[in-house]
Amino acid sequence: MLHSAAPLYDDLIPGGSHWSFIMRRGHVLRLIDETGGANVGMLMYNPENPLERYNMPDTLKNQHTFLLTKGHVLLSDMGRVMASIVRDDLGWHDTVSGTCNAELVETRWGRKTYQDAHNHYHRNGFTSFLNELAKYGLGKKDLTANLNWFSKVKTDDEGNMAYVSDHSHAGATVDLRFEMDTIVVLHTCPHPLSPAEQYPSHPLRYQLFKAAPVTDADPCKTSSPEATRAFANTALYHLMQA
Amino acid sequence: MIKASTLHPETAAFRETVPAGEYFLKVVKAGETIRILDREGNQAADTLFYNAHNPTERYSAVDTIRAQGNVYLTAGSKLMSSENNLMLEITADTCGRHDTLGGACAAESNTTRYALEKKCMHACRDSWLVAVTEHEELGLSKRDITHNINFFMNVPVTADGGLTFADGISDAGKYVELKAAMDVLVMISNCPQLNNPCNGWNPTPIEVLVWN
Repeated sequence: MLHSAAPLYDDLIPGGSHWSFIMRRGHVLRLIDETGGANVGMLMYNPENPLERYNMPDTLKNQHTFLLTKGHVLLSDMGRVMASIVRDDLGWHDTVSGTCNAELVETRWGRKTYQDAHNHYHRNGFTSFLNELAKYGLGKKDLTANLNWFSKVKTDDEGNMAYVSDHSHAGATVDLRFEMDTIVVLHTCPHPLSPAEQYPSHPLRYQLFKAAPVTDADPCKTSSPEATRAFANTALYHLMQA
Repeated sequence: MIKASTLHPETAAFRETVPAGEYFLKVVKAGETIRILDREGNQAADTLFYNAHNPTERYSAVDTIRAQGNVYLTAGSKLMSSENNLMLEITADTCGRHDTLGGACAAESNTTRYALEKKCMHACRDSWLVAVTEHEELGLSKRDITHNINFFMNVPVTADGGLTFADGISDAGKYVELKAAMDVLVMISNCPQLNNPCNGWNPTPIEVLVWN
């Protein structure tokens, strides 16, 4: 899945922070839960036309799944594959619980301002997303259902949700292979359903790699007829590009 | 939860039939009640809500399901906005369960779900795009079209993380009723989908009623 073992780039984002960058088609973003217990909120947009963005319902219903793991693809609202999950150590990532906001963080973990705590102040996912989105001329209208990597929320037969504690361990890794250029907006703020007593602050290590070429036998491409058709749509999008 | 309404259609201040494949757009004021009626059964009403005074605030599927700790909507469900405010509450429901995970059909999602050549079939997002384009005064665009409620649709989630589109549990005459907690713009696409059982392969009219 990787062109080479050595990362092109390696970085650590502290817990309770946010960052964004553009992933280019044909590269892998490796997410590593450095300490265990991480939550990474993520949104994705097409830099060429940010009206195209990650779409939670289309991703779930196309693959008849409530969870995300290896073999799944992350679909845009335009029927294309933004990224493929080519490695996953955990088997379950959440994309239905949304993100924490200022009110939720203050209610759950107390108010800690920048004046009080400098860069250890309590950031929240909602404001963090807006902060990063503004760098691309995007805003509240562009907020959509986000991914929550390393977090597990399951349901019972009645649809009641339950957050699963201790789901992710130190070193847990997810590899996302990008199938089109994508603005990646992320934060390391707590999962909105985390029952932790203290504001959870877990860093994210991320690395960039060149991806090996995607073959017709690629496990993500062949995982379902729906995924195969989404790859066909993505190929059409790139038809007139070198 | 099945809960019948105490309101009578003959006292409604507003009634409109919405054929399949059409959109419905109306402001419902705080305190008013809106009923969406499945006239012939097995229909899907794909619905979005906006704060009528500031449409950047709108219905949020993820905030709603997290706030109530359950992925299905029924009587008693509180519909939350993207800014964590109560928009509407479901006050009556004779269907029992409504979906807010499955999203709406679009030309593009029809290509992935069914076949690449389905791209020109009419879809819910087309109806919404026409609605916002025909009503430029609202200041809405594709940016504002997010994750909706599928009234009358049944999308069961299993304990091991599966998700299925099941036969509808609605029937002719079933309805859902919501009381607005703020002035809301209601935008419905009465689903034209012909490729799955969500509306029995036969899209049919819905009716919208409003009581002051």
